Amino acid sequence: MTRAAQGPVQVQGEVLSNKRAGAYQHLTLVAPGVAERFRPGSLVAVAVGGDLSDRMLRRSFPIYRARATGTYRSTVEVVFPVTEPGETWLCGLGAGAAVDVVGPLGRPYALPKEPVTCTLAGQAHAAAPLFSLAERLRERGCSVHMVLGAADERGLFGALEAKRAARTVVVATEDGSVGMRGPVGQVLPQLLARTGSDVVYAAGPAAMLHDVAVAAEQHGAWSQTAVDAGNLCATGACQSCVVPVVGEDGISRMVRACAEGPVFRGDRVRWADLGTVPEDSWGAERSGVER
Amino acid sequence: MSGPDLRTSLGETTLVNPVMVAAGCAGTGRELEPFLDLSELGAMVTRSVTLDPRAGGPPPRAVETPSGLLSDPGLQGNGLQGFLATELPWLAQRQVRTVVSIAGGNLGEWAELARRVGLSPGVAGVEVNLAWPPGSVAGRDSYQAGKVLAAVRRDMPRGVPVLAKIAPDVHHVVDVARAVVKAGADVVVVGHGLPGLALDPCTLRPALGSGSGALSGPAVHAVALRCLWEIHEALPEVPLVGGGGVRSGFDALAMLAAGARAVQVGTTVLRDPGAPVRIVTELRRELEHRNIPSVADAIGHAHRPEGDPR
Repeated sequence: MTRAAQGPVQVQGEVLSNKRAGAYQHLTLVAPGVAERFRPGSLVAVAVGGDLSDRMLRRSFPIYRARATGTYRSTVEVVFPVTEPGETWLCGLGAGAAVDVVGPLGRPYALPKEPVTCTLAGQAHAAAPLFSLAERLRERGCSVHMVLGAADERGLFGALEAKRAARTVVVATEDGSVGMRGPVGQVLPQLLARTGSDVVYAAGPAAMLHDVAVAAEQHGAWSQTAVDAGNLCATGACQSCVVPVVGEDGISRMVRACAEGPVFRGDRVRWADLGTVPEDSWGAERSGVER
Repeated sequence: MSGPDLRTSLGETTLVNPVMVAAGCAGTGRELEPFLDLSELGAMVTRSVTLDPRAGGPPPRAVETPSGLLSDPGLQGNGLQGFLATELPWLAQRQVRTVVSIAGGNLGEWAELARRVGLSPGVAGVEVNLAWPPGSVAGRDSYQAGKVLAAVRRDMPRGVPVLAKIAPDVHHVVDVARAVVKAGADVVVVGHGLPGLALDPCTLRPALGSGSGALSGPAVHAVALRCLWEIHEALPEVPLVGGGGVRSGFDALAMLAAGARAVQVGTTVLRDPGAPVRIVTELRRELEHRNIPSVADAIGHAHRPEGDPR
């Protein structure tokens, strides 16, 4: 056998609980083997619709929490908004329902070797993986601060939990319904300056991550950004969730958000070129339509 | 050994079972390694190798459609040199029976790819991707397909089987199959995805970055089956491989019965990375259940009148 000892597993999982959490769905799955290998930032991908499903792609989610040693042994939790039929199907599953689970997938957040000061920035439900990350950072003696953003109060995720997870919590809503008014990127520079953060960890939509990467750079901090890989194969085989990223050698390559990511150094992602194949990226000169 | 004999052959190459992974759906092989042992499969087809490195097409490169996937990844890859230096040795080391899919931009490139891949150790066969370059009609045009196959065959060492992957276009499939075999193909593979389009529900514009793409998955299974049927009916001696929406042992058996000697699992791998090994197990059960002693006995079964055991 040549099977990798580490790395992801594919298991028949089971729904332990499935409930609303504000504007989102909070799904807990018993998935033996996944939690044992979990590191904050990694993904879990589930097949939707059951055996007769006409849905050919998995739904992948950043792992909110993973427990390898609870009453139910290995569980993973995810949080998602219900925006499409696959997610609606997941939403309707009762306790005990079978779900095919693959995980953990992707490159997790890199943790600092020294006890440094960290700011964690999350937007809406995408903030979910930051809570496990905060725990790991605190275990390492890091000082953890958090900023949570959303369009409005209803869209916030984990604002209460953040108070336990972080020393400072800043909440920002775009409509000003709670906390500061404005996007995360706008309130972040002040927080970075106040806390003297060395590292910024972020999760959210691309525009927010771009703002975070810029704010971190201006402050002189490292940034680690988790890019949404979309709902594709999640193992890296389909090469569809590609993002232009600058390598150590200064060359841009189209890399997979599910395999080389989802977490990238914020200063390496070509945010303005997301959704395109930049002309100067490796192999791009031969990628135009040839006739 | 108990149970049905699953062995099959492609040209002079013997496969331990008829289940292959289709081009592009196993990545470099490493992506699937955590989920299955690739050496347990009949063969793995690599993603299509081009002469030069390619960045691929603009995202989104794939979207879900009813019972299918519409995609146009644009052949992202490291180019031939990178493939021969890193990807092929990795597969050879694990004793994966590797069929290398090649994609040339012109006849000169086809010939060079054929020569350099054919001379590399650890190649169980070469699959010619006739859907390339974009806009090419070679997959559904017998003259163009024959020209490409002749160029590949001329530069391919004898003993390396050449598989020609053609479009599942039922109106032309027999003519194209005849042309590629005449030009030197040892095996005909049916086939590529069907041309398709999907619109983004928000913008009501094409959902894929490149505009349109190829439809694959269970949605095209019946089309591929019909193509296999037609070719086997017209050219029963030509070795066929079937691909298109195979997701169970029964789907694989259906392709064998329609005339295929092996089947390729593609889109299903993207939903279920462990599927190829599961399909081998299911196929064994399907044969047992029907008292069919071997894969060889299943091939072309559907063409024989009822009551005719062989």
